[in-house]
Amino acid sequence: MPVDLTDYEKSMLAGAVGTDGDRMAMEVVAQSARMLGAKGLVEIQSSHIDGCLYHGDSGALYCEKLVEGGARVRVPATTNVGALNLLNPDQCRLPPDQRKMAFRLMVAHERMGCTPSWTCAPYQAGARPALGTQVAWGESNAVAFANTVLGARTNRYGDFLDIACAISGRAPRYGLHRSRNRHAKLVLDVTGLPQALRAQSAFYPVLGAIIGRLAGETVCAVTGLAPGAAEDDLKALCAAAAATGAVALLHLVGITPEAPDLQTALGGQPPEETIVLTRDMLIDARDGLSLAADGPIDSVALGSPHFSAEECRAVLALAGGHRFLVPVYICLGRHTVSALEQDGTDRALRELGVVFVADTCVVVTPILPDTPGVMMTNSAKFAHYATGNTGHLPVFGTLGECVASAQAGRVVRDKAVWA
Amino acid sequence: MTWQAEVLFEGAATGKVLRLDAPISFWGGVDPRSACITLAGHPQRGQSIAGQVLVIPQLIGSSSSSAVMLELFYCGMAPAALILGGRDAILPVGVVVARQMGRPTIPVVVMQSPPFETGDRLSVSPEGRIERL
Repeated sequence: MPVDLTDYEKSMLAGAVGTDGDRMAMEVVAQSARMLGAKGLVEIQSSHIDGCLYHGDSGALYCEKLVEGGARVRVPATTNVGALNLLNPDQCRLPPDQRKMAFRLMVAHERMGCTPSWTCAPYQAGARPALGTQVAWGESNAVAFANTVLGARTNRYGDFLDIACAISGRAPRYGLHRSRNRHAKLVLDVTGLPQALRAQSAFYPVLGAIIGRLAGETVCAVTGLAPGAAEDDLKALCAAAAATGAVALLHLVGITPEAPDLQTALGGQPPEETIVLTRDMLIDARDGLSLAADGPIDSVALGSPHFSAEECRAVLALAGGHRFLVPVYICLGRHTVSALEQDGTDRALRELGVVFVADTCVVVTPILPDTPGVMMTNSAKFAHYATGNTGHLPVFGTLGECVASAQAGRVVRDKAVWA
Repeated sequence: MTWQAEVLFEGAATGKVLRLDAPISFWGGVDPRSACITLAGHPQRGQSIAGQVLVIPQLIGSSSSSAVMLELFYCGMAPAALILGGRDAILPVGVVVARQMGRPTIPVVVMQSPPFETGDRLSVSPEGRIERL
């Protein structure tokens, strides 16, 4: 089926308007639209670019070709993590030739006019599209957050298509860009869980891991969440659901702007399925995030998605001035590094044994020690990717447990949390 | 015997089938330098996709798989053709970009429940006709 393009879009595709880079970008977008069965394109207002992470030389060479073709982004475009901590390039143990190409890839994105945010939590670095705004975002957690918490409209955009959307200012009109595809079909009811449990921060990533497995690509509504959930908790929930399943939109009833009540989230239709969550399911999902038994640990990794300044300050408060016996890696955006420098939190955390990882993170590039060991984390996303990407075995715990364990060098549990 | 598939990316190819019996994301599942399937526990782990007519009944859509697809072309390790069980833009975008980079490309077609088995010899025409040889 042909894609219905506007005259402007056709001209760009034909190379009659814009640069050669624009033509290349429009070709990627229009071809994707055709392959997805979209009838046309939507104008977008912003983009978050996942394609700046190095996967091989060809990606860097392609982006440099776009730059040479005069490509510039037409909409504000933030960058996701790269493979290097540009504030401390020696932290990454990629071989020198790959480091050079990873750097060239990041530079190419800057030269195309992207905002060099280098964070997987752009929504905490000022990129907050308004309710109903059409955007083309990449990075699964950012996509889920944009749809779920902000009410912006995006599918999961990936390498090449993300930057092509930003350059052309267009995206294929399909999936979650369209209202009719945004209604929930599956309901997950957490009302029966103890109130105290639902109030724990650690509840959110575990719930997200369950949602990812149950929902897959299906839009799911969740009822029974406390209305005052902290943004960092919602961040953890979205990240977990998007890592363990292909989740791009959740209706958190009472929180998601499009879901003031369940009826609205469902678009007035009865749900195809309702699942009542039990405490046993939650405990099973929590235990499934750990692949090593409680015992000695080699590191603690925090910040997937990137930690906020509040989360960093929480680590400092929980530590109570006691040093860590194993390295605690905190992954974060440079905007947060700046915030922590203002009040000395960065120095205080470093003195305790924190290693800051800016612009990137420990599961996408080799930063953790070569010898695989046990990595403790409060992130379901880190737990999900740790073994495949780093060889390290994850142990999941609350932030409090992570801090206490880092000080003890072995897993320390707080039994009260999941009681 | 012949089948008609929908063309996602036009091209012609002839080759032996490698069928992936479990879903896969190319990112984290295929090493672009060796073209070998690396995903732990995958039934085809250790096999090379280079030069094969790759039948993928079910994909997992990691969006970085486009980059792995392009890198396969760059390393000269691309499959001969892709026969997908469902619509997808992630892998074919890697093919579109490969063409923009001046690399020889491959046909990508989609058909529901592709019936082909590992070892079958197939030809794929630019119109999406698949023939068992």
